[in-house]
Amino acid sequence: MEKFIYLDYAATTPVRPEVVEAMMPYFTEKFGNPSSLYTEGRNARGAIEEARDRVAASIGAESREIVFTSGGTEADNFAIKGIAYANEKKGNHIITTPIEHHAVLEPCHYLRKRGFEITYLPVDEHGMVDPADVERTITGKTVLVSVMHANNEVGTIEPLSEIGKITREKGVYLHTDAVQTFGHIPVDVNELGVDLLSISAHKLYGPKGIGALYIRRGTRMEPFMQGGSQENNRRAGTHNVAGIIGFAKAVEIAEKEMVSEAKRLAELRDYLIRGILERIEDVRLNGHPTKRLPNNVNVCLVGAEGEAILLSLDMEGISSSSGSACTSGTLDPSHVLLAMGIPAEIAHSSLRLTLGSRTTKEDIDYVLDVLPPIVKRLRAMSPLGTAWGRK
Amino acid sequence: MYSEKVMEHFRDPRNVGEIENPDGVGEVGNPTCGDMMRITIRVRDDVIEDIKFKTLGCGAAIATSSMVTELAKGMRLKEAEKISRKDIADALDGLPPQKMHCSVLAADGLREAIGDYRSKNGSES
Repeated sequence: MEKFIYLDYAATTPVRPEVVEAMMPYFTEKFGNPSSLYTEGRNARGAIEEARDRVAASIGAESREIVFTSGGTEADNFAIKGIAYANEKKGNHIITTPIEHHAVLEPCHYLRKRGFEITYLPVDEHGMVDPADVERTITGKTVLVSVMHANNEVGTIEPLSEIGKITREKGVYLHTDAVQTFGHIPVDVNELGVDLLSISAHKLYGPKGIGALYIRRGTRMEPFMQGGSQENNRRAGTHNVAGIIGFAKAVEIAEKEMVSEAKRLAELRDYLIRGILERIEDVRLNGHPTKRLPNNVNVCLVGAEGEAILLSLDMEGISSSSGSACTSGTLDPSHVLLAMGIPAEIAHSSLRLTLGSRTTKEDIDYVLDVLPPIVKRLRAMSPLGTAWGRK
Repeated sequence: MYSEKVMEHFRDPRNVGEIENPDGVGEVGNPTCGDMMRITIRVRDDVIEDIKFKTLGCGAAIATSSMVTELAKGMRLKEAEKISRKDIADALDGLPPQKMHCSVLAADGLREAIGDYRSKNGSES
């Protein structure tokens, strides 16, 4: 059998069989619309409310503080535009970071064109935000601070609870994109001190097309979709019942396995990082050395190009990701790496490997066997040769 | 997103390396953009007798470099400098739109190497 080693769990994850099983009845026999008043509708309603309880409890929230969305991108859009539009009388200033997911950056960009002022907090060489900068940047016109819980590319975990203390004290709403952390490390809305938090099911072995936004009780928000009265008039549209059920099942399993799985993955992660640093010269580890997601490895293999590395790994049966220009769909390399002060010529050589449930030590050993010759070959093919980057 | 031909040239690129004491050298691109290419040629009687490339770049950059050397090898200079980016892309069964600039790089690299040869030898055509 051909090798297939999936190391892009930060992009998406396979749905667990138990999750699929839990979802199946809601496509066929339990197909009722949760907004209908008769038995089938009430049953579907009951099921999604149970699911809501489960998702809420897993982040320390009340059930009515959870609004189901189509995923992380919608949750981010909802949070940012919803706060901006509902609080325009207070001010037009939003604070965020340059390393956010595009689902946060683009709504901010959109609002800027409509008269909002956006401040991008600096990050250090590890992609870490300094809470003191948040405090310094907040003005009387600030309505929202949005800082991701952990970065999807380099895995750095941001000091959210410290930022939360500041935003609480200043009376400014705090949003976090927790898409990469939820289900993998503890996420508690009160410990983090957030008012809004985005999560997505397909990053924790749930289905695609379902996510949620946590909205702290009392938060002034504009609804995201107009239409029916679903989700307390905050997000219209017939519920994705099967998706919601699958989401809750994935959360249930993640809660049980989180501690042991995070430990297992962190060990594999460190083994992979050590192996790469030992076997390949001119490598730079991107992201914080310790405050990082348990499953994230991101390195610059200086002097080779990221997409070429990715394609070469694919030919060996390994799925990976890169922040090179050629994989970002633009002519610039990853905005995250650039914001961390990494020069473009180095950022083009980035490779991200994200581990997950099916990853074994044998897989990592295989990667450590095939990656060094790939890098060697590409460097040998380069006009700059192998010594580049050592200057 | 890449054609089988592109992948084949990426897997097994033709004419990789550098000619010693070349008659012409073309160097285009820069590492900041992520693409850089160096073509060296040996010319006999106005024919590209040998051609080699070295490229730092993505799959398309490597495949277009490989293809341009394959197309140009054995060609008269006059014809070789007419190789267009479209010729290169077509020979690879097409390139994704956002990768067309890679074929520009390869065509430019070859033309620059030919230009370098001409300026050293004082011949205009």
